Amino acid sequence: MGKLFEKFPDPLARLIVVFLALVAAGAFVFFVLIPKPVKDLKVQWDNAIRQESARPVKYAGFHACAECHDKLYETKKKGYHRDLSCETCHGAAKAHTEDPDTVKPVIPAERAFCPQCHAYNPSRPRGFPQINPVAHNPLKPCASCHNPHDPKPPTTPKECAACHGEIARTKAVSHHVQLECTTCHVTPQRHKVSPRAVKPTKPQDREFCGKCHGKDASAKLSANAPKIDLAEHGEKYVCWQCHYPHSPEVEQ
Amino acid sequence: MNGRRTFLRGFLSFLLTGGAIGGILRISPSKAHAKETPPKGQKWYGFGVSVDKCIGCARCMEACKTENNVPREPFFYRTWVERYITRKNGGTTVKAIEPNQEPAPEAASDKSILRSFFVPKLCNQCANPPCVQVCPVGATFRTDDGVVLVNEKTCIGCRYCIQACPYGARYLHPVTRTADKCTFCYHRISKGLLPACVEVCPTQTRIFGDLNAAASPMSRFLRMNKIHVLKPALNTEPKVYYASLDGEVR
Repeated sequence: MGKLFEKFPDPLARLIVVFLALVAAGAFVFFVLIPKPVKDLKVQWDNAIRQESARPVKYAGFHACAECHDKLYETKKKGYHRDLSCETCHGAAKAHTEDPDTVKPVIPAERAFCPQCHAYNPSRPRGFPQINPVAHNPLKPCASCHNPHDPKPPTTPKECAACHGEIARTKAVSHHVQLECTTCHVTPQRHKVSPRAVKPTKPQDREFCGKCHGKDASAKLSANAPKIDLAEHGEKYVCWQCHYPHSPEVEQ
Repeated sequence: MNGRRTFLRGFLSFLLTGGAIGGILRISPSKAHAKETPPKGQKWYGFGVSVDKCIGCARCMEACKTENNVPREPFFYRTWVERYITRKNGGTTVKAIEPNQEPAPEAASDKSILRSFFVPKLCNQCANPPCVQVCPVGATFRTDDGVVLVNEKTCIGCRYCIQACPYGARYLHPVTRTADKCTFCYHRISKGLLPACVEVCPTQTRIFGDLNAAASPMSRFLRMNKIHVLKPALNTEPKVYYASLDGEVR
């Protein structure tokens, strides 16, 4: 060892000793003093996953409610709200499942609640049941007519517009305003009770529109209807592939 | 003179071959890693959104805020719903709806509207996440089941990941001062529950499940629909799959 150092000038030998000491100190700090979680990402990530998994749950999930509220659950299972979780309307209920007597979930009774889903909004998908909250029985709470666990119209609707409001409003300002819905749709009585099981008919062919709009139409209502030659007009298409029957366009 | 030259030549070639061998040793294990198939039973979570079914009721946004302690202010979201209105002149307006406030209907008589719909958004839990690449301290990472998480303890709140996310899915939590984002409700799914937004969605717009599962609502969703993802050109490989997505949606 001494011989090795003799080869170097004295200052360099000292420098090497200091350098080696620093390296040893650094290695000691890194490998011994610094705990593993600080330098190992894998350990940090495992800890983070554990911490994330341990967060408290606030929504109990759809199975939890049925354990006690089996009657309501059975009712809801058969109605239009069957796919809804209880917590969609009643809010987070994990605390209620742990302490059912003191913590009660909300019962949204105010009239503003249901329109969050059921107010008319043109961005909503067609066919989703919607009402105009201003015109639909103003100030009455929804639950006074509709059971939220089995929602359906309280009485069998007399008018088509009760459910098909969007179509009725469109038709009301169109050239077809004079026509009853039943002029074109044959509506079985049962459609009003089970609207999705029994459906009204729809016109099937060009000749149906031709009864009023054909060039030699004889139907009673057709006196002022615009006339076309069925043989030449519209090629292979049926009428409603270009014209929307509830609001037919008029050429300027 | 000659001795020094031989020494330099030998030394240089030693360095070069050392570098080359070291490089090969570094590359080959990572290649083997990429080909590795996931072990049996390994979950790989995905999320489905049926745009056609969304009614814009904002129950999901509400549930997410409650479940995950997201600040109540209307600009902190882990999930949010956008309302698109495309007009006949070609212009499209996008606006995020607000929870507990029924979306204001455009006048039904507004004839300039061509089409209009809602699009739910959330973190896409990318398989190739840009946010993970940019994190300077390794605080955000992808778990083995495919969820991108943030380690609250090591996040320094530098906002780099918020900038890097092409979907705007991250925000800086005003209390913890760390980056926060959708975790697919990791604490719920690890207990076998559904994410809170999927739980409360009244129209089954939101579907969640294991993409490796043979039969699940999620795999049925992928089988029965025409699927698109957001910004596929960025190669982020999102795992939030959209059915009936309009071309205007970015």
